[in-house]
Amino acid sequence: MSMKIMNMVNAINSALDIKLAEDPDIVVYGEDVGVEGGVFRVTEGLQLKYGAERVFDSPLAESAIAGTAIGMAAAGLRPVIEMQFCGFVYPAFNQIISHLARMRNRSRGRIEMPVVVRIPYGGGINALEHHSESMEALYAQIPGLKVVIPSTPADAKGLLISAIESNDPILFMEPKRIYRAIKQEVGEEKFSIPIGKAKIITPGTDVTVVAYGAMVREVQKALPKLKEAGISVELIDLRTIYPMDKETLAQSIRKTGRLVFVAEEPTSFGVGAEIIAMANEEAFLYLQAPPKRVTAFDTIVPLPKGEHHYIISPEKIFYEIQKTVKF
Amino acid sequence: MFKEFDATKKKIFRVMDDDGHIISDKHMPLIEENQLIDAYHNMVFARTADHMIISYQRQGRIYTYPPNYGQEAIHGATAMVMRPDDWLVPAFREMGAWLAKGATLKDIFLYFMGYEVGNTWPAANHFLPISVPIASQLPHAAGIGYAIKYKKLDEVVFAFVGDGGTSEGDFHEALNFAAVWKVPVVFIVQNNQFAISVPFRMQTASAGIAIKSVAYGMPGIQVDGNDFFAMLKTLQEASAYCREGNGPVLIEAVTYRKGAHTTSDDPTKYRSKEEEETWEKKDPLKRLKNYLDSKNLLDETEDRRLEEQYRLEIDRIFVEAENQPASPLEDVFKYMYADMPDDLKKQQVEHENFLQWKESNS
Repeated sequence: MSMKIMNMVNAINSALDIKLAEDPDIVVYGEDVGVEGGVFRVTEGLQLKYGAERVFDSPLAESAIAGTAIGMAAAGLRPVIEMQFCGFVYPAFNQIISHLARMRNRSRGRIEMPVVVRIPYGGGINALEHHSESMEALYAQIPGLKVVIPSTPADAKGLLISAIESNDPILFMEPKRIYRAIKQEVGEEKFSIPIGKAKIITPGTDVTVVAYGAMVREVQKALPKLKEAGISVELIDLRTIYPMDKETLAQSIRKTGRLVFVAEEPTSFGVGAEIIAMANEEAFLYLQAPPKRVTAFDTIVPLPKGEHHYIISPEKIFYEIQKTVKF
Repeated sequence: MFKEFDATKKKIFRVMDDDGHIISDKHMPLIEENQLIDAYHNMVFARTADHMIISYQRQGRIYTYPPNYGQEAIHGATAMVMRPDDWLVPAFREMGAWLAKGATLKDIFLYFMGYEVGNTWPAANHFLPISVPIASQLPHAAGIGYAIKYKKLDEVVFAFVGDGGTSEGDFHEALNFAAVWKVPVVFIVQNNQFAISVPFRMQTASAGIAIKSVAYGMPGIQVDGNDFFAMLKTLQEASAYCREGNGPVLIEAVTYRKGAHTTSDDPTKYRSKEEEETWEKKDPLKRLKNYLDSKNLLDETEDRRLEEQYRLEIDRIFVEAENQPASPLEDVFKYMYADMPDDLKKQQVEHENFLQWKESNS
């Protein structure tokens, strides 16, 4: 496969481009998605290439963006919709929870919902209020949905292709902080990465560190110092929040005996709580230290001048990991 | 017709008066005599079933049910106009339209007895399941309309909502999207004067619902929803308008919910006997029957025989539905995902283990 240097924006664009070319039932829409190519330029050039019937701007109403996608899917299309920012999804929540997630069950499998909802999420870009949230746990708890979060350009492409090809509704959350921050060689042609499978990024023996999205890179930044301190970290990128790859996580925890979870989500009632519950269920007798969540405060994300207090830093990650290992 | 009855003119469209006399010959819809008699009988069938379901509910044989009593002309007219490939996007109070789409009475009984399978209507195509949350089905209709237009199909969407539903944001969003996208959706608002207990005057300060169409840039018409001919004519015109690629239409069918919102409420608490009596005079079946009688199209003896036959048939189907076996455990899980997560499989197995333990210990 020919390779090309891409950031996550390029990689997502490439996935959409490939699927639009391949399948005439795919339509891509949302606020500013068409002419402008999205506020993050993720869909740039696609309207020009595929026409305004397939890649287009919708009126500004998130509930109807999600609601019309449900109708389109029922009538045989495969919509990929964009919610402009994570904080703007809530008007669509009723559509997502009451219809998108349940249509298959309610119709006894007669109506499937091959809908991908793309949501740029997370902090660290000095954004306005309501632009920096990390509420993946809200969606992960809704029966009927799957929630996917990539951490690299290549993963974003391969996972998005799988998401578009899935017949289940998928919330595809994009860590906008690393939209352009990471560049890597990505295959230009079509490839896919399976949903529901975590990836061991660095094997290790002392502690299992689970992260996803923009936090994978923050953990990676802490690794050299951890190595210096003689701590061998097994870093796992979750990739899919739900369904969670419990097997890979449990196997790792049984090996290391320690678990540190790193995410931007508020601490309580989150993905971290689920992972710790899983560690108790699947690796109880192997645990040598209490599992630790290195997560955000249970507060509103502060505006940019206070956001440094809230954001998880590599130093904080180092601090918590070494504490857990020394327990 | 949409120009003549432009919603801003605040004229309600009627073809017959409360006694069943035709007051506007030029708007009389085209319909064959035998079709008309069939339509009448279908409405009688639906009303008979509706009444019987309420008594089954009172006997504890079926769960909560939303009666259709008094609104049958809207459904009967939709049944005449909706083609097999057209889409039905229901709310939950349009049984005659469900039956026309291909739902069987058994499907409907099963649904209200608490079986999801009652929502699948195996004999029907191009419909969404009954939608309990209010108005949130309307954006789906706009989306289906988009797919129809995108695929260049000759299909129309018939989407239902009540007067209370027009206060929801999704009503606005759906009409707006449908109009901007110019997609073939007929939005049918059954203005039955009440959202459970709240009267229409407390839903909106607008002079009716049809007039809202003006702001969305689509035709809108206020129709006497208890006038079968007016409903039929309106739906014929609206679906033709959609089929020609002109975009959506908003129909406000003014009617009256003669029964309760559902079997769980008591309308005597929030409306007067006088009001009910006023509307009784406008009953849609009575009006159509008067018309048919005036044309000597009905045979009283035959009709009584038919009604008795309906009762027996409905009861037979009900008993058949009552014999449906309980839903198996696997049905709770197996339709959730196309690709089922391991967690669900594990939860099912764990529960099965419990059930086995329970059985061996009882």
